[in-house]
Amino acid sequence: MERYYQPKLETMPRDQLRALQDERLVKQVKHVWDNVPYYRAKMEAKGVTPEDIKGVADLHKLPFVTKADLRDAYPYGLMGKPLSECVRIHSTSGTTGKRVVAFYTQHDIDLWEDCCARALTAAGATNEDVCQVAYGYGLFTGGAGLHGGSHKVGCLTIPISSGNTDRQIGFIKDLSATILCCTPSYAAYLGESMKELGMGPDDIPLKAGIFGAEAWSEEMRQDIQNTLGIKAYDIYGLTELSGPGVAFECSAQSGMHINEDHFIAEIIDPDTGEVLPEGSKGELVFTSITKEAFPLLRYRTRDICQLNYEPCPCGRTHVKMCKPMGRSDDMLIIRGVNVFPSQIETVLLNHGYAANYQIVVDRVNHSDTLEVRVEMTPEMFTDNLGQIDKRQKELVAGLRSMLGLAAKVTLVAPKSIVRSEGKAVRIIDNRKI
Amino acid sequence: MSVKQISVFLENKPGELNGLTQVLARHHIDMRAMSLSETNEFGIARIIVDRPLDTATVLKDAGYVCTVTSVLAVDIPHVPGGLNQVLNILSEAKINLEYGYAFLGGRKDSAYMVFRVADNAAATAALRAKGIRVVDSGELETM
Repeated sequence: MERYYQPKLETMPRDQLRALQDERLVKQVKHVWDNVPYYRAKMEAKGVTPEDIKGVADLHKLPFVTKADLRDAYPYGLMGKPLSECVRIHSTSGTTGKRVVAFYTQHDIDLWEDCCARALTAAGATNEDVCQVAYGYGLFTGGAGLHGGSHKVGCLTIPISSGNTDRQIGFIKDLSATILCCTPSYAAYLGESMKELGMGPDDIPLKAGIFGAEAWSEEMRQDIQNTLGIKAYDIYGLTELSGPGVAFECSAQSGMHINEDHFIAEIIDPDTGEVLPEGSKGELVFTSITKEAFPLLRYRTRDICQLNYEPCPCGRTHVKMCKPMGRSDDMLIIRGVNVFPSQIETVLLNHGYAANYQIVVDRVNHSDTLEVRVEMTPEMFTDNLGQIDKRQKELVAGLRSMLGLAAKVTLVAPKSIVRSEGKAVRIIDNRKI
Repeated sequence: MSVKQISVFLENKPGELNGLTQVLARHHIDMRAMSLSETNEFGIARIIVDRPLDTATVLKDAGYVCTVTSVLAVDIPHVPGGLNQVLNILSEAKINLEYGYAFLGGRKDSAYMVFRVADNAAATAALRAKGIRVVDSGELETM
């Protein structure tokens, strides 16, 4: 029997949901027009006023907000509430440019935590559960979001934060943690470490995990599910929109339900900005319709994605998004070919290697080179050089057929690929263009 | 009959082999024989030691990927044609050699040769039938 944290909202018939979105959007556009001069100027430049927006059908008339806008307006330019009404900030790491600082009123925090509570409930969490939150705490939204959601569900919450693997395993065992929240690469790492300690899935009480904040593949899900003996659920979010919980997976594990009573999703052509028809693949754009302090309209996520409007067996009526197929800013263009790290990960896992890899792109004699560094694992190692060589050649062939591009494979020592906060550094682009 | 060999994955960069020997030295592990193989990007160190199982454990703890393999150790007469005689027997028995390496083991009249074959028992039987001595782990570990 599927359980919901907010059954009425999560299973609301779509026509009612649409009416709710219409009403909230109109109100939100007015709020932004009145309180965010930066966005008002963008609307005026496009000749749009709040009167032009009568509902979701008019959404396409509004200008986009991009990462560049966040930079220009940093730090206060996109705020919808005075600082005196804000109670917290969160911030991105700033690894892909200038950091983003997002502001929250108490109301914003409350709704965000509701979204995370929905995700936890969908993963089977109740007040009987012990939830170990191993996302980083602090400026990063992962820890705070799932922490708040876990409280709302009534789980016993272990705010362990990231890192210190021995302590993580110790708490899971000693306090019988049943739900684990962390990045998928850290979950995989915990699984590896448990294996090294001679522990299997039956030695720990975990039953489910909520893993997000980075791209992971279906194969990696299987891998984590098997080593930890759990069901692994995906969760999606961006600091710009609150944090994790913008969308989450249900028991069907076939896409993430977008919390549409808070966020309206669109798919656009990343080149032209045109809204694409239902079911198309394109860039995901979100409009927050309930946020007060940092109310972004038509925010371009850079995530390449597809939406699925078919009814879900779980009973939720909210649209499902697929795992982002890559970020248009994570996407590498190598010798003119689009390469997503997730494609490389899929090939590695299919060939029996672990998902610990690093992509090194360089430019030699005006031509791009792609190197994939893979950690040697006990499973893949033998005393026979020929055998290792053969597997390596198979991997090169597999990468070529997936990417349409020749890649050099380098086998490196185990654990030699840098992990920061459990999040591996996946891409090194040495090209000077 | 066979002896235990430990194969260790090494990256191709300065200090890698040194890192391995440091671990062995720290744990007072004595090597009997060693062979290095390499490709352009990585290498394998194959070693025979006095305490193979302890060695595998300490290497794993130190973060190395390694594997323990049973290989054939054969006593080779230290005379011209000594190895040839042994190889004649193996080729007649159609036993394929994947790799091998020799070491003296401090003796004057004979040397040791390590062979990696698919079937240690078949190779042992073939050699013994012709009077060639196949060595057990005990002999190398207590050497």
